[in-house]
Amino acid sequence: MPPPFSWIVAILRFLYEFIVGDDWTMAAAVAIGLILSAVLNANHIAGWWLIPVIVVLMLGISLRRASPRPR
Amino acid sequence: MTGLIPVFITTFLASAVEAIEMVTIVVGVGATRGWRSTLIGAASGFGVLAVIVVVAGAALSRVPIGPLRLIVGALLLTFGLQWFRKGIMRVAARGLAGIGGQDPHEAAEWTGPGMDWTAWFLAFKGVVLEGLEVAFIVVTFGAGANHLVGAAVGGVGAVVVVGGVGLLLHRSVRRIPRSLLQLIVGILLTTFGTFWGIEGLGIEWPGGDAAIPGLLILYVATAVIYITLERNRALGLRPAA
Repeated sequence: MPPPFSWIVAILRFLYEFIVGDDWTMAAAVAIGLILSAVLNANHIAGWWLIPVIVVLMLGISLRRASPRPR
Repeated sequence: MTGLIPVFITTFLASAVEAIEMVTIVVGVGATRGWRSTLIGAASGFGVLAVIVVVAGAALSRVPIGPLRLIVGALLLTFGLQWFRKGIMRVAARGLAGIGGQDPHEAAEWTGPGMDWTAWFLAFKGVVLEGLEVAFIVVTFGAGANHLVGAAVGGVGAVVVVGGVGLLLHRSVRRIPRSLLQLIVGILLTTFGTFWGIEGLGIEWPGGDAAIPGLLILYVATAVIYITLERNRALGLRPAA
């Protein structure tokens, strides 16, 4: 791949690794959580609690998936 | 508004995590292939990082604080969660061990004259690759807290401190508990990412800024519980003697 394109690909790859990383489901859950929080807020319902709950739950799910399974 | 001290502590610790590997590479290359080319390579790397911080910082300072906090919060939250998760896994598996691995001093020795471009490139690459994530943390965290200079001082301070330890006691750098530092920074980034992300949506936290210590306590407790669970799971998998 010629230099300008290879640089763009390298930058995009770095950004993906930086933002999404090993487990894309955590980044997706954060994005969905922020959207749902905005929807709750627009309907005059307190939405501050949603992201902390998602963080705690998604960490547990992701760690469980990454752990070796018993045979 | 987030104070200067939390900004300084978070960027200092985040920078220290990456500076350990950065300094290990630079000291290892310098000790084996000569210091002149290595230090020029490292300085060139820091020059590139400084340009990135200044350009990105100037661009972010033009964004209004509401949307900026949402963008910065979402970025710090997703990035912080990765370090949070890796920190839990590594502390559960290795406790407070350092980075270990092969000593870079075992590399081939350089005896040629003039500029050693291999040493220059190795040092440059080590500084840029390890420092790029820190540059993003410094810029996003500094912009979100409106303390870009304080964040930059924290980042540079950690590199100077770890670099000083590396030059004086190069083997000690590898014994710094990097996993624990990574976990602490992951918790801090996740805490501020959560706070700013929600604030950026225009949602008020109960108690305002007092919600930050509350989130910190929640995430520290979460880390302790998951580390215990991971250790118990690993013990359960170990075959009986």
